[in-house]
Amino acid sequence: MPFGNTHNNFKLNFKVEEEYPDLTKHNNHMAKVLTKDMYAKLRDKQTPSGFTLDDVIQTGVDNPGHPFIMTVGCVAGDEESYEIFKDLLDPIISDRHSGYKPTDKHKTDLNFENLKGGDDLDPNYVLSSRVRTGRSIKGYTLPPHNSRGERRAVEKLSVEALNTLDGEFKGKYYPLNKMTDAEQEQLIADHFLFDKPVSPLLLGAGMARDWPDARGIWHNDAKSFLVWVNEEDHLRVISMEKGGNMKEVFRRFCVGLKRIEETFKKHNHGFMWNEHLGYVLTCPSNLGTGLRGGVHVKLPKLSTHPKFEEILTRLRLQKRGVDTASVGGVFDISNADRLGSSEVAQVQMVVDGVKLMVEMEKKLEKGEAIDGMIPAQK
Amino acid sequence: MPFGNTHNKLKMNYSAEQEYPDLSQHNNHMAKVLTPEMYSNLRDKETPSGFTVDDVIQTGVDNPGHPFIMTVGCVAGDEETYEVFKELLDPVIEDRHGGYKPSDKHKTDLNPDNLVGGDDLDPNYVLSSRVRTGRSVRGFCLPPHCSRGERRAIENMAIESLASLDGDLNGQYYALKNMTDDEQQQLIDDHFLFDKPVSPLLLASGMGRDWPDGRGIWHNDGKTFLVWVNEEDHLRVISMQKGGNMKEVFHRFCTGLTKIESLFKDKGHEFMWNEHLGYVLTCPSNLGTGLRAGVHVKLPNVSKHEKFGEILKRLRLQKRGTGGVDTAAVGGVFDISNADRLGFSEVELVQMVVDGVKTLVEMEKRLEGGQSFDDLMPDQK
Repeated sequence: MPFGNTHNNFKLNFKVEEEYPDLTKHNNHMAKVLTKDMYAKLRDKQTPSGFTLDDVIQTGVDNPGHPFIMTVGCVAGDEESYEIFKDLLDPIISDRHSGYKPTDKHKTDLNFENLKGGDDLDPNYVLSSRVRTGRSIKGYTLPPHNSRGERRAVEKLSVEALNTLDGEFKGKYYPLNKMTDAEQEQLIADHFLFDKPVSPLLLGAGMARDWPDARGIWHNDAKSFLVWVNEEDHLRVISMEKGGNMKEVFRRFCVGLKRIEETFKKHNHGFMWNEHLGYVLTCPSNLGTGLRGGVHVKLPKLSTHPKFEEILTRLRLQKRGVDTASVGGVFDISNADRLGSSEVAQVQMVVDGVKLMVEMEKKLEKGEAIDGMIPAQK
Repeated sequence: MPFGNTHNKLKMNYSAEQEYPDLSQHNNHMAKVLTPEMYSNLRDKETPSGFTVDDVIQTGVDNPGHPFIMTVGCVAGDEETYEVFKELLDPVIEDRHGGYKPSDKHKTDLNPDNLVGGDDLDPNYVLSSRVRTGRSVRGFCLPPHCSRGERRAIENMAIESLASLDGDLNGQYYALKNMTDDEQQQLIDDHFLFDKPVSPLLLASGMGRDWPDGRGIWHNDGKTFLVWVNEEDHLRVISMQKGGNMKEVFHRFCTGLTKIESLFKDKGHEFMWNEHLGYVLTCPSNLGTGLRAGVHVKLPNVSKHEKFGEILKRLRLQKRGTGGVDTAAVGGVFDISNADRLGFSEVELVQMVVDGVKTLVEMEKRLEGGQSFDDLMPDQK
């Protein structure tokens, strides 16, 4: 990362007190955890690729946070960040992922056949279904830290892997820096195009350097399977379609992901994964499955019910607006967890939870009470 | 190499072609100069503090530029950057500073008595006068690269030195992170407050890190002498007042600067300076004097004249809107300042502003009277 952290040894000429960041106005996971003692202990360390403590925390120092939104405030620059800086990252992981302990093991289950149901969510309410995750390629540093050479190598490998896909996955890659105007307009119309991040949370981590070099979008002809290359993670993989057939979305997700992984393995570059953290990604919030499975669903009555938040919490779901704020009672409902439960388990929670909430909505439409339907805490 | 730069070495595993940036869409000084061969020569180098060629050029890679504005596209991370990466920076400097050669010597002259005139610019036209420059403290890395410890050390030095100023330079320091709401409002009203930069040119170079830690504003009680600490440079020093008495503005500027410099020296810290580049600053465009002397002046008629651009060029002046470098003029009021920084002394540059603005005001009066100003057309300075 070019932002002045290539001279870590030079900084050791200054005392801990002089270098320790001022976190008094801060409200993010990093600021809650990073004491002066911890800073003192970690500041002379670096990963084999040269990522330092200040690199990890820069985004959290530059973005104090918000009184109501708890941001993570740190990133990994490579796979080894999670090991070298475990003193800092383990407590953050525990706080962010509901008490996940350094000794816990994470289960990966990408066998779509293990999902029960999910093919019959009422399309009068469930407008669309989507599953996304991220993947990091072993042996390369991550977006906050990688060089142009590394990023281009990741792009090259990714395009190679994606070009082997056929059948329902047959598709095409659109590099950001070579797109024609017509292609760009089409990708925007399809809501596929991602642009240079504007969020200071992401920019403060250094992941937008050299934009748009080696960034691109791949999608299949049917526009139901999409891969982002070199945005916040090496790869973001997305399966989506209109309507409520989450089972089909998840099947395509699992099958496509597996195919891509096989090609990477053939080149001796599998995905970053370990039995404690699952899939290793840039942001500690995405560890484990890195999976967000969600629907756009009409819940105009339920969403105004006093117990709506409580229901979501118990179902281990979270709500977002559609395009940030909710409009017309349509919400983006997805799993809240990432680490400590498998992909199948998380999508199951979405499927079961959304089914229940749609039934509640129907009850409320008829003027009936839903008190007997409130679920127990999952 | 005393300080490890593990990440730069990791990049050496990739060939120069694989690491060389794609500059095909770019229009800035760095992109015009940085060939693949030059990149290959420089990419394994680092300054003693660990600044690398990728650090130098990142802002220029991330900001391709504009078809009409030629940005610099590179920054220095420390004093040694200009030496270690001279293969890149010398041609950038030459292109930006009117053909300034690697063998040229720069003259520093901060003796305000050497300025001729400048106390009688017509205040009916010249609304305000201002001189600014930057200074870097030797032995510390520059804003794109410095750590919090270094930045805070600069701030402490600045606070200590500025606290020694007295007389009409007696003043107070306002740290950005400790400001009360009242202080903040007053500084905004006085147009003194600087905020975290939003320009991607600056942010991409890394100089916004840890904001607002170590940053602050000092000004004298008279609000005519102002120092910014740890913004784009270690120090930015500004002298200003309403009206057209540039002589007085420049006098205060020189006196204040000289005092600050000797206070720093007393504590064993000089400013970065050498006889080739003059004062060393973060952006290569500010080398030499780092000086921009300017006025806000009403030129509604002259500015519409077809020869306006040519006149400014011959006078070695540039125009900006009154909101600063990225703004447009409003109501015929322009910010007119010296175009040069390097290769001319401070006195020479302020003299050009004083003489040039005097000419422009006379031209404006001629046009008001329906007369021509052809006899006033200057030669190329």
